[in-house]
Amino acid sequence: MFGFEYDPVIYSRILTALTLGFHIIFATIGVGVPLMIAIAEWMGIKRNDPHYTLLARRWARGFVVTVAVGVVTGTAIGLQLSLLWPNFMQAAGHTIGLPLFLEIFAFFFEAIFLGIYLYTWDRFKSKMKHFLLVIPIVIGASASAFFITTVNGFMNIPQGFELVDGVLTNVNPLVAMFNPATPTKVAHVIITCYLTSAFILGTIAAIHLIKGNNHVYHKKALHLTMVSGAVFAIATAVIGDLSGKYLHEYQPEKLAAAEWHFETETEAPLILGGILTEDNEVKYALEIPYALSILAGGTPGSEVVGLNDFPEDELPPLWVHYAFDLMVGIGMYLAAVSVLFVVMSWRKKWNPLNKPLLWAVAAGGPLSMIAIESGWVFAEVGRQPWIINGIMRTEEGATTSAHVDIMFVLFVTLYIILGVTCAVVLRRMFKKNPVEHELEKRGMEQPKRVSNE
Amino acid sequence: MSYEVVGITVLWIFLYGYLIVASIDFGAGFFSYYSRITNKKHVVHNIIQRYLSPVWEVTNVFLVFFFVGIVGFFPDTAYYYGTALLIPGSIAIILLALRGSYYAFATYGAKDSHLYSFLYGATGLLIPASLTTVLTISEGGYLFVENGNVQLLYGELFTSAYSWGVVFLAIVSVLFISAAFLTYYASRAKDKPALEVVRKYALSWSLPTIITGIVVFFLLGKRNPEHFSNMMDLWWMFGISFVTFVGATVLIWKRRNYGTAFVLVMIQFFTAFFAYGAAHLPYLLYPYLTIYDGFTNEAMAIALIVAFIGGLLLLIPSLILLMRLFLFDAEYVEGKK
Repeated sequence: MFGFEYDPVIYSRILTALTLGFHIIFATIGVGVPLMIAIAEWMGIKRNDPHYTLLARRWARGFVVTVAVGVVTGTAIGLQLSLLWPNFMQAAGHTIGLPLFLEIFAFFFEAIFLGIYLYTWDRFKSKMKHFLLVIPIVIGASASAFFITTVNGFMNIPQGFELVDGVLTNVNPLVAMFNPATPTKVAHVIITCYLTSAFILGTIAAIHLIKGNNHVYHKKALHLTMVSGAVFAIATAVIGDLSGKYLHEYQPEKLAAAEWHFETETEAPLILGGILTEDNEVKYALEIPYALSILAGGTPGSEVVGLNDFPEDELPPLWVHYAFDLMVGIGMYLAAVSVLFVVMSWRKKWNPLNKPLLWAVAAGGPLSMIAIESGWVFAEVGRQPWIINGIMRTEEGATTSAHVDIMFVLFVTLYIILGVTCAVVLRRMFKKNPVEHELEKRGMEQPKRVSNE
Repeated sequence: MSYEVVGITVLWIFLYGYLIVASIDFGAGFFSYYSRITNKKHVVHNIIQRYLSPVWEVTNVFLVFFFVGIVGFFPDTAYYYGTALLIPGSIAIILLALRGSYYAFATYGAKDSHLYSFLYGATGLLIPASLTTVLTISEGGYLFVENGNVQLLYGELFTSAYSWGVVFLAIVSVLFISAAFLTYYASRAKDKPALEVVRKYALSWSLPTIITGIVVFFLLGKRNPEHFSNMMDLWWMFGISFVTFVGATVLIWKRRNYGTAFVLVMIQFFTAFFAYGAAHLPYLLYPYLTIYDGFTNEAMAIALIVAFIGGLLLLIPSLILLMRLFLFDAEYVEGKK
């Protein structure tokens, strides 16, 4: 297949990338949407506005469908780690067993309360009681992101053990978990999940408004998601800056690869876009003087280590620059759109619901997901050739099994089927039961009297 | 108790938990489909749906818990089982993925589709079969290990009476456990017609379960005499298992105390499962891996046990809340909420 010789390492890498790439679409939604649901339900209670409560309710309904796919693909990646990377798991199990285990607890916690939350909309007299049930879901979702990201942090900055003749000794699980990569990675992952989810829900509202469906419900949805989006986007920018400083200090080769920065120097420029020729010349790029030094060290005088200072067989592929730029570019775009929307809503005379801005918001959802994917690709490919940075090379961690190619075909088929059905089901769910219909059915004057679903 | 024994006990308890909750779920899927093709759907569909909807996700966690836990406590298992089980493991993942997501698509997407229902029923029987591969190969003789390369001997796996015995045992047990639970649930729901249907299921699967159980017991004797003789030392546990089985079946037969009957079924499987597991020790994978040579370092063991206790303190109250709301709340079970 693909015209190259069977190599379990290559196939294991592609299959892991595929599963993870598919999983993070749903995982991102799984981490971010509960917070948006919580905010909407809270607004509904505080303002005594049934529109927000209905918003929470409809989001929650769509959310379960995506959760299901997230759960099953999460199970898949969990098992695949052992099936495709047995040597890695054997070595790393000694140091990262704890966060993996804790992640399951967080997930367990979330699963229990999600079941309760969905089936108790009308069971408690006090709305507040039902709202409280969403809090463990938000905590559980973000906590599982936290724990699993510390594992990834460990793979980037392994610590908390000593390697004596190839054997791991003196293990300290907490030191391994709270490695230098953990703070920026965790913060970045969680905040971008929030940002992406806000934009995906914003996209839905924007599309309804573009279609000329001017119901106040959609306006409230758009406003809520864009105000949250603006907050998350600004936080993302701040954390992104910290991530740059982290890379500069701990993984300079990753930063240098992202920025095509070859010579170690001070006053280093930041390179946007462009292409790299075969003799490592950067063409058609936009250079911002000093920006890389400022990003990395805070001052133009900061010295940034270049790619030429590393042995060639320890460098990641240089195309990660494109993934990096795509992520940063989309991040900027999302910040601009959401902040613009918020500013325009403040001013009485300006109309934030103009068509061009609505289109810009509508594009934000899919774009933010692309940014998530490219950010992951950058982070993961950027630490190649290592599976545990500086300790174990990727090819040493992979399975030796002879059938990874067949499994790859099977999983591609599975994800296509799951992805398509999920989209179809979600579409039909909301098409068949539009908001107007539900408002009417629930008799919004007495929003308490609704049947169980 | 040493950390190794604590670790494997914790994991075994979770695997037992999965055995019960997943059996209920897998069997329910099958019965749901079966009742559909026999035109009894309207009778049992509701009670199955009322039970499963809030808990299906929790079921999945038990499994994830087990396989993440075993890699945490015994990292070497990742190497042996991971390398050998690529194909059966991947097939199990695919089936679980189809099952979980199509359940959600059908339930929350509100479309009553014959295909979804079939997928849900069929995977419910195929998943236990594919998962049992792990237990089968743990008995030894199904792996080829040379120069650090582990291979699963498919010829041996597919032609051995023991491996087929385990597959059948898994399937009939799933159906029996599930039917016994649904009988209890239907009686709580005061749903007479449904109760009649699922009670019949429970009775018709009781005999196959105990017969297959005994057959597999002796097949294991041929397969792994050492394990078998260890099991014979624990004969009294299998004795309890048999007695509780008889008790459960009699109660269901006499239409009495369905709740007690289900508890007896749980004890039946608990004793058999723990006697089987205890007799297997110290091997995790006969004869390559014991709980001692595959164990994680001490610091991680302590951390995992502390995390486990902390986790349970959080989980148990939440699980109790879940059960009180959906299992023991008479009004919910009866469909009034």
